[in-house]
Amino acid sequence: MFAFIVRRIAQAIIVMLIISFIGFAIKQSFGDPVREITGVSVSAAEREKIRDELGLNDPFMVQFGRFMQGAVKGDIGRSFFYKKSALDVILSKAPATLELVMCSALIIVIFSVPLGIYSAIRPKALFSRFVMGGSIVGVSIPVFLTAILMIYVFSVELHWLPSYGRGETVNLGGWRTGFLTLDGWEHLIMPSIALSSIMLPLFIRLIRSEMMEVLENDYIKYAWAKGLMPKRVWIVHAFKNTLLPVITVGGVQLGTMIAFTILTETVFQWQGMGFMFIEAVERGDAPLMVAYLMVVGLIFVVVNTVVDVIYGLVNPQVRITGQK
Amino acid sequence: MKTRSRWQRFKESYFLHDFLHDKVALTSFCILAVLLFMGFAAPLVAPFNPYDAHNIDIMNAEIPPSWLPGGDTTFLLGTDAQGRDLFSTMLYGMRVSLIIGIGAVCLQAFLGIMVGLVAGFMGKRVESILMRVADVQLSFSTYMVAIFISAIFQAMFGVAKYEEIAVPLLILVIGFAEWPQYARTVRASVLAEKKKEYVEAAKVIGLSQKRIMWRHVLPNTLSPVFVISTIQVANAIMSEAALSFVGLGMPVTQPSLGSLINVGFEYIFSGSWWITMFPGIVLVLLILVINLLGDWLRDFLNPKLYKG
Amino acid sequence: MQPLLDVKNLSVEFALRQGPLEAVKNVSFSLNKGERLGLVGESGAGKSVTGFSIINLISKPGYISNGSIMFEGQDLAKMPFDKMRGVRGNRISMIFQDPMMTLNPVLTIGTQMIETVMAHMDVTRKEAEEIALEKLRKVYIPSPRKRLAQYPHEFSGGMRQRIVIAISLLTDPSLIIADEPTTALDVTIQAEIMDLLLELCETDNMGLILITHDLAVVSEVTQRIAVMYAGGIVETGSTRQVTETPGHPYTQGLIAALPQSGAAGDRLTQIPGAMPSLMNMPAGCPFNPRCQHCTDICKQELPTLKENKSGILVACHHADKV
Repeated sequence: MFAFIVRRIAQAIIVMLIISFIGFAIKQSFGDPVREITGVSVSAAEREKIRDELGLNDPFMVQFGRFMQGAVKGDIGRSFFYKKSALDVILSKAPATLELVMCSALIIVIFSVPLGIYSAIRPKALFSRFVMGGSIVGVSIPVFLTAILMIYVFSVELHWLPSYGRGETVNLGGWRTGFLTLDGWEHLIMPSIALSSIMLPLFIRLIRSEMMEVLENDYIKYAWAKGLMPKRVWIVHAFKNTLLPVITVGGVQLGTMIAFTILTETVFQWQGMGFMFIEAVERGDAPLMVAYLMVVGLIFVVVNTVVDVIYGLVNPQVRITGQK
Repeated sequence: MKTRSRWQRFKESYFLHDFLHDKVALTSFCILAVLLFMGFAAPLVAPFNPYDAHNIDIMNAEIPPSWLPGGDTTFLLGTDAQGRDLFSTMLYGMRVSLIIGIGAVCLQAFLGIMVGLVAGFMGKRVESILMRVADVQLSFSTYMVAIFISAIFQAMFGVAKYEEIAVPLLILVIGFAEWPQYARTVRASVLAEKKKEYVEAAKVIGLSQKRIMWRHVLPNTLSPVFVISTIQVANAIMSEAALSFVGLGMPVTQPSLGSLINVGFEYIFSGSWWITMFPGIVLVLLILVINLLGDWLRDFLNPKLYKG
Repeated sequence: MQPLLDVKNLSVEFALRQGPLEAVKNVSFSLNKGERLGLVGESGAGKSVTGFSIINLISKPGYISNGSIMFEGQDLAKMPFDKMRGVRGNRISMIFQDPMMTLNPVLTIGTQMIETVMAHMDVTRKEAEEIALEKLRKVYIPSPRKRLAQYPHEFSGGMRQRIVIAISLLTDPSLIIADEPTTALDVTIQAEIMDLLLELCETDNMGLILITHDLAVVSEVTQRIAVMYAGGIVETGSTRQVTETPGHPYTQGLIAALPQSGAAGDRLTQIPGAMPSLMNMPAGCPFNPRCQHCTDICKQELPTLKENKSGILVACHHADKV
């Protein structure tokens, strides 16, 4: 098991290195940091001198090494627009995105597990057919369209819920949270439902199909032959086996969810990292874009590594032999 | 006895029988056929040409659908914010969405099948590296990859130039973002096929690797490829719409369904819901019928798809 | 004396799109307390379906379409689910074919044993664990306490089947149904497992229904035999009589095909043809296309079980000639 974890972490580091390299390459190909510092009025010779001083004429790999040194310390460039450290900008936006993702993930887990299990054990029931029908419609509606539809119905027509922003937030030691005010919650409802709207049906379908496959196994038939309670057969024997593939796919889907925050945050002007990224693209703020790439890359890599390790913990076969 | 024609055999197959007896599949297919026709024949079907400035009068902006008060019978579904006939604009938009969706899937399939075949056949080092790359890219979610690549392209080319070459660029971006799906599926079925006796037999009679790969193994991997292709078209159309919605896709001057929804969005606050809703409905309908057909196809062919 | 199990006119159908398909036809047999019966036949003959129908656990879309299964005074065929649950794994235990597949890979052996005890007996966890340990010792699993915490993949195939047997003993059932219990195991371990099963049945006076295609195994373990062909029983009687003087041409073929039945160097005999699929049964006796004694009546009328001259029940029109 230990060897397994070490190997996964080594892989994660390699992936992170590649992401940093891509980020650095992008940064190199845009904009001239010297012009940014000096303005246009400085002569070419002087600019060249500054380039030398800043080490911008060093070989590519040397500069990359320097970039990595900075990155490890948390320096991944300065935003053109905000005129401050890109990492600080991102960190100030992160709580908004994380709160949104947390709420959506909660919605997804609370609804997908019982609905998925039910429609797997009673595939022919009317309610299951309804759930399955609803879920295929669900996966066919883009997140931003769900968001727009909700805004139109609940904000424009009914005036029930606010259509944009995070509302009133409370600063908890640098973490601006919307969880502590009623206004914050009201603002959170629609964005989190919109964000979960496409993943929820995906997870219901995933759980259902995995569970149905598991139910075909001999050990389920054997569990029935042992005379166990139906609940125990479904939850302990079947669902526990369903969990493994669901965790693996779930890890991948978390990445998709972060991508969808870009869409959701754009619609609701939710002041999170995704909205910031789209603004950075529109403003041509390359350092901030690259910083976002690296931070999101790090999140993905960490999540996937953790998921793999959890998978190893849940699956006794991996736990003992140390390999998949 | 003369062998029956291909068409006759098809007519008697389970495939057609099952298809004709599945109401959902049949209805989906009909709707899809209509949408495809309307999309590709947009210049012939649409009452106006939205690309033609002569047809556009800003005074006509935001006219509601014809059946609502204030509606104009010339514009069946009303007009958008620039005074273009919404119905025509939508048809042209659907054409753009379809071209990008199908184009991107062709590219994905090409890349993915190549990688999958090579990985499945070469085995060992090459395989583990290629599949690791596919896994990593997949773990970053195709949307994320597509958004990043197009953001970089836009920053590189500048907005004006980007909009000019948006169609091929989007095909490239979405095509590149989703190849791992194909690669994994193809590799899985190549591995399954390789174990079968006919490949062993082909080797024994001395056929070359290449020939075995192209003539024997590839055709047998096509059924899962076929199944994921339908779903992938829906995904590609959805990706394009998402990119266009955040302003990384098609420009307003040459709108796709996604960019129509995007420009219409701000007008729902003033009550002009139709500019967003009609393209939205068409987009959902298009994706839904493709997904339903894909579902049916998957249930029917039931290939072992690579999961996870 | 009332038999432990009395199956009468049991029919099992599978609801397919083309209409119901009869997989088991009008099967009757009975079993006394502590008696061991072998259900023999080729794969597809309906013997597994018969076995599973006793505890009403036929895979969908199969169902019991007719007949009764009297067990300890109750009809299992008409028993509601909740009561049936109390019988399964409690009064009647099952042993499945492949021990690799029957044990749940993500649960420890202990969990899988204790849950069975607790589903049927009013005991504490601790007591249930003691019962599990006792049964593991009974099937000769070394250091059972340590083993309880382990997962199925940490055991060899033979060990796993021992554990499955231990699980089937947990509630001291009066009947064990074993469906090809040794087919998936190594040849060297097969005899070991069979001996263990026989020993346990004898010491505890348990009834056993052994479902297998292997006549040699059946003849060693069971007292009575029922040979199945294409969904019906074609011959039944005491194991000794049936193996020594088989009455049905099919059984004769089966025994002649056993490797040890001829002298060394002889060619193995085989029954020509294959069992007809349930979809297109021949009219009359289902064995008629493969039978060398086939006459016109065989192609028209389904023979019923009748006692032949040596006292075996045989379903053959020519039972007295062959």
